[in-house]
Amino acid sequence: MAKNRKGPLTKAHISFELNGEHTEVAFAPHKTLLEVLREDLRLTGTKHGCELGECGTCALLVDGRPVLSCLVLGLACAGRSVRTVEGMASAAGLHPLQEAFAEMGAAQCGYCTPGFLLTAEALLNGNAEPSRDEIKDALAGNLCRCTGYIKIYEAVELAAARMRGEDARPAEKSLYGEV
Amino acid sequence: MAKSDGNGLRVVGRAQRKVDATPKVTGETLFADDLSFPQMVYCKTLRSPHAHARIIRIDTSRAEKEAGVLGVLTGTDLPIPFGILPVSQDEHALALDTVRFIGDPVAAVAAVSEEIAGEAIHLIDVEYEQLREITSVEDALANPEPRIHDYGDSGNLHKLISLEFGTVADGFDAAHLVREDLFFYEGSTHLPIEQHAAVAMYSADHRLTLWSSTQTPHYVHIALEKVLEMPASRIRVIACPNGGGFGGKSDPFSHEIVVSKLAMMTGRPVKATLTREEVFYCHRGRHPTHMWVRTGVTKDGHITAMHFRTALDGGGYGSYGVASTYYTGALQTVTYQVDRYKFEGARAFTNKPPCGPKRGHGTPQPRFALEVQMDKIAEQLKLDPADMRLKHLVPADSLTANYLRVGSMGLAECINKVVTGSNWKERFRRLPHGRGVGIACSSYISGAGLPIYWNNMPHSGVQLQCDRSGGVTVFCGSTDIGQGSDSVLAYIVAEVLGVDPFEIRVVTADTDLTPVDLGSYSSRVTLMSGNAALQAAERARELIAPEVAKQLDVPTSRLVFAESRVFDGENPETGTTFAEAVQAAEAAVGTIGTVGSYTPPASAGRYRGSGVGPSPAYSYSAAVVEVHVEPDSGIVRVPKVWIAHDIGQCINPTTVMGQVEGSVYMGLGEALMEEMAYRANRRVVHKCPSMLEYKSPTTLEMCEVETYLVTDPDPNGPFGAKEVGQGPLLPIMPAVANAVYDAVGVRVDEVPITPEKVLTALKRKANGKEGGGRYGPTHFPEIPWPDPTRVPPPWEGGDGKAIRPSDEDAKAAAVAQPERQH
Amino acid sequence: MLRLPAFEYLQPASIDEALRMKQNAGPRSQYVAGGTDLYPNMKRRHEEPKTVIALGGIDELGQISLESDAPFLGAGLTLTEVATQPRLRTTHSAIAGAAGLVSTPLLRNMGTLGGNLCLDTRCNYYNQSYEWRKSIDFCMKKDGTVCWVAPSSPRCWAVSSSDVAPVMVALDAQYTLVGADGERQVPAAGFYHDDGIEFLTKRPEEILVGVKLPAPNGWDAMYLKLRRRGAFDFPVLGVAVYLEWNESEVQDARIVLGGVASYPKPMTDASQLIVGSTLDDDVIAAAAHAAFKPTKPMDNTDFGLAWRKEMTRIYVKRALTELRTRHRDA
Repeated sequence: MAKNRKGPLTKAHISFELNGEHTEVAFAPHKTLLEVLREDLRLTGTKHGCELGECGTCALLVDGRPVLSCLVLGLACAGRSVRTVEGMASAAGLHPLQEAFAEMGAAQCGYCTPGFLLTAEALLNGNAEPSRDEIKDALAGNLCRCTGYIKIYEAVELAAARMRGEDARPAEKSLYGEV
Repeated sequence: MAKSDGNGLRVVGRAQRKVDATPKVTGETLFADDLSFPQMVYCKTLRSPHAHARIIRIDTSRAEKEAGVLGVLTGTDLPIPFGILPVSQDEHALALDTVRFIGDPVAAVAAVSEEIAGEAIHLIDVEYEQLREITSVEDALANPEPRIHDYGDSGNLHKLISLEFGTVADGFDAAHLVREDLFFYEGSTHLPIEQHAAVAMYSADHRLTLWSSTQTPHYVHIALEKVLEMPASRIRVIACPNGGGFGGKSDPFSHEIVVSKLAMMTGRPVKATLTREEVFYCHRGRHPTHMWVRTGVTKDGHITAMHFRTALDGGGYGSYGVASTYYTGALQTVTYQVDRYKFEGARAFTNKPPCGPKRGHGTPQPRFALEVQMDKIAEQLKLDPADMRLKHLVPADSLTANYLRVGSMGLAECINKVVTGSNWKERFRRLPHGRGVGIACSSYISGAGLPIYWNNMPHSGVQLQCDRSGGVTVFCGSTDIGQGSDSVLAYIVAEVLGVDPFEIRVVTADTDLTPVDLGSYSSRVTLMSGNAALQAAERARELIAPEVAKQLDVPTSRLVFAESRVFDGENPETGTTFAEAVQAAEAAVGTIGTVGSYTPPASAGRYRGSGVGPSPAYSYSAAVVEVHVEPDSGIVRVPKVWIAHDIGQCINPTTVMGQVEGSVYMGLGEALMEEMAYRANRRVVHKCPSMLEYKSPTTLEMCEVETYLVTDPDPNGPFGAKEVGQGPLLPIMPAVANAVYDAVGVRVDEVPITPEKVLTALKRKANGKEGGGRYGPTHFPEIPWPDPTRVPPPWEGGDGKAIRPSDEDAKAAAVAQPERQH
Repeated sequence: MLRLPAFEYLQPASIDEALRMKQNAGPRSQYVAGGTDLYPNMKRRHEEPKTVIALGGIDELGQISLESDAPFLGAGLTLTEVATQPRLRTTHSAIAGAAGLVSTPLLRNMGTLGGNLCLDTRCNYYNQSYEWRKSIDFCMKKDGTVCWVAPSSPRCWAVSSSDVAPVMVALDAQYTLVGADGERQVPAAGFYHDDGIEFLTKRPEEILVGVKLPAPNGWDAMYLKLRRRGAFDFPVLGVAVYLEWNESEVQDARIVLGGVASYPKPMTDASQLIVGSTLDDDVIAAAAHAAFKPTKPMDNTDFGLAWRKEMTRIYVKRALTELRTRHRDA
């Protein structure tokens, strides 16, 4: 059924490290990493909101850096390491960021959440104790329409404290409001 | 039905995770575009490049011949009109003969890949005859022809409303001060981060299943039944978790019908995922609204009369527009006592994407006008605006001039909280130039008193199943759009049955499996589905308790359901596990399943148009906003907002907080930067349908928020709960405007309050123009208002009926004529 | 999902290889670095190259040397690298600052210095989907004949929207280009051209290798950006100012505006006004006025043009005042 399309007929074939596992995948060579993950690898945890780099929804980590998967070619990922939301939890449980997002209500509709989680993870990897302003700066490229970001900041702070080994708990006023 | 005893609650009122929190943070949650099926094909839609045109000819032959194309549809394949309101059945899945805005769907293609479908739509040849475009309300008034639709109150006026509750002229005569103000509220859109998507599958045994990012699967079900001429019993609509809704996924949409038809044609699963640009064309967002308000007050600010006029730019289709128009006049009366009230509202058809319900549906515009005007009145009367409001609040348990029944009313406490929290008394009118604070209040419905189509059935239904394992499953048609409605069902059932909410299975938004809930709109779900769940759970407890009572030999009144046990409250060791309790009950009475349902109380108003505004309960909010204004640029920044919300009772305070903070966010966007802008010079095309140019605030614009949750349980709410999804948005825009005035002494009587407008007002002030500096509309459109329907308010001996009943009053309550009975 | 058109993707390992590939691929080929400008344009069908040659794998483009008398930044450095480079933040803070103001942290991790310096001009009649552009009968920058911003104009008025380019022009940085004929140096100002379509003087096959910066020997510079939001948005006005002081007197000055024309626009009159002055309030006001007066933003970005024009005065004043304060504090 498929007719000859413009450009090369054969699929490109790459291998890369996906969430710590060696992965091979074949795809049309002009596909973005976002499309390869969602369509060719059926990993739909990475979402999309504009496909033009204008919302941050599709953020994930390539070689540890948060990037927009809608603007990265799949072919450019050969031999590299890609981390998606599917790689965050392990058999031991959720990643501390995931735990904190769940606990604080930082995921409302949950659609922008994977992008926030991975961007925040990269932040915490380089800065174990970010200030509120540093968190805002790091997350300035991720749009959320539900939360007003506040629960997200609080979740990042909570996770950061726990990742530093502190026995941190959410502030009462974050959960119940001001008295 | 409702219980509001705050003390004995174990689940309700406690901060906890949402029941779907884990799949949402792992990426496991499947949104509509995440679905794929074997042999699935892809749909793309050809849209109109003209704002207003007649279709002369469509030739699809080239597209049909394209390799990989499996089906092509045009309007004649789906000729039956639909629309969310029975009175506005004015949409076609694909334009039949007329296109009414740039982006209006014209034809659709299903192909083996999205790329082929996207290329094939450009092989469809359409010949148009362009018609004059109607660009604005004024344009619609000046040009009754060509008509955008062949129905409506006149020419291009879709709807005209005139209601008068008491003689406002008398109220103005009695006033110490009468103010007239003009306002304009620009349109804005929901911008859910998830783009709408739908997948349809048609089985060999002629059953259709549609998965869709919709807030209203029941209404989509009805639309499919009508347009596809198929029994609803063979159609299954499943609402996927919505990646944000905000009202933008509440209409039945073209793409939902088109993929269904294409699935039937091709026998293949068909998916359509809209591009961001197409989401802008779906729109149904905030109506751009012109407002004129005349208010009379006594020396202490008591409102003797209010006359409110609105003119809405509706866009190309009806959508919820008739209801939206009524809503621009409905809730003015539920915050401050209004002795006499007149409302005139008009909605025009224009050649733009249709407007509809966005968070706050029709009420943010008039609330903006009202609250800014209150600020001006307070200043003129030399009263503190917070004190003035406090003095004239509508009392709890009362009827308003337009027959809205107010139950619990926590606005006084809300005002007090934010006044104290923000140190208002020390800061208002006392901050240095460039810094200011402003206050505003609001109220919103917890669900509408009437359904969208006339019927006398419940608005929400729940089925509950308790199985031998002790497992509990809740089935409900409600749709989780991120607000946490699935969790609310689980918490309420868990509270009543004493089980862990995370042990409860929640099955929602599936027309095959779940009883009808009308949808996630009008902030109705916690109250209505919550009450239905409460009833179902209480009935289950009534089935189970007698058997446990027998076993334990204690009266049922002493039994406590808690910690997954059923036990004697006076002797807690004496008890049984919940699973054993269910087993005992099942042995005695058979399978343990119950149902619950909820129908709102009858409205007090009996006049035509009284269907919009009544609600089982009204939430209240008050906000103080702090602004920094740069006098040389007009740039406004908001560092902090204090907001208090009368929630009645929190089911889960953390999700309530999330709704409040999210509302503040969306309100800030509307107040400062978001707008649906069109190119007047180029065919009313949307100026910039993109995430980049539609300015949604980032982390760097979002302010600090101090949230106060005021709990004043309402007798109609489950455990006393009222809404929170929409109300807290409403005070933000007027509070920002009032704060800008406090900061730099200029009034911007419209939103968004852009730096350009602030700077213009500052210059006018510096030049001594316009009474101290104002930016805003200078006139209200000339509208041929009909004679008002006159309804005496309750305190003038009224009974809720119009004085001169017309034959239409018989169907009084409904927004819309009955079209179908269920 | 918006998708890229089909194309062949080549990944050269060296500049020479890239040049050869470009020559072989012919005119319907494009270089790409970070992809944050080209790929959205391709998705909107502004560009439909048959071949895309990725420069990301060329190590030579990632060079950076700040210790020498001739500081050099490779065009392949990401904007994040430029923005966060510790020494650059001291020696050339205006460049690091401007790079750090581009779009978002996510995009800066991908977008490169070279990409920002070669950024396609923008216009809200142009940065739209094919369907949208069709509904306005297209514009002359792509597929059409008229510039809708100024329909009687023979030229395209798309806007230079780079944050870093105005700073490079103000610093009189030298761009290093490599083409088939070898390497050449172009002063930053000479790299840009006042036309929305032909906005670069670079030949299509030439590769921008990097930028030679002035050594940090006493001059000062800064960049101010005006936009609606603190992230994502392109500048609707960028003000880059370079100053050389001689004691309390300004010895040399260059004021360059971004976001108001099809190229980073040197404000020569305003610059000359401040040379020889001590940058007192009157001089700053006069310079701000001289920058304001000839600036003619067009109605093709966010915000209204009258306000944007007004803001040139405000932002030039702010930049000069800040530089004066720095100098007096120093």
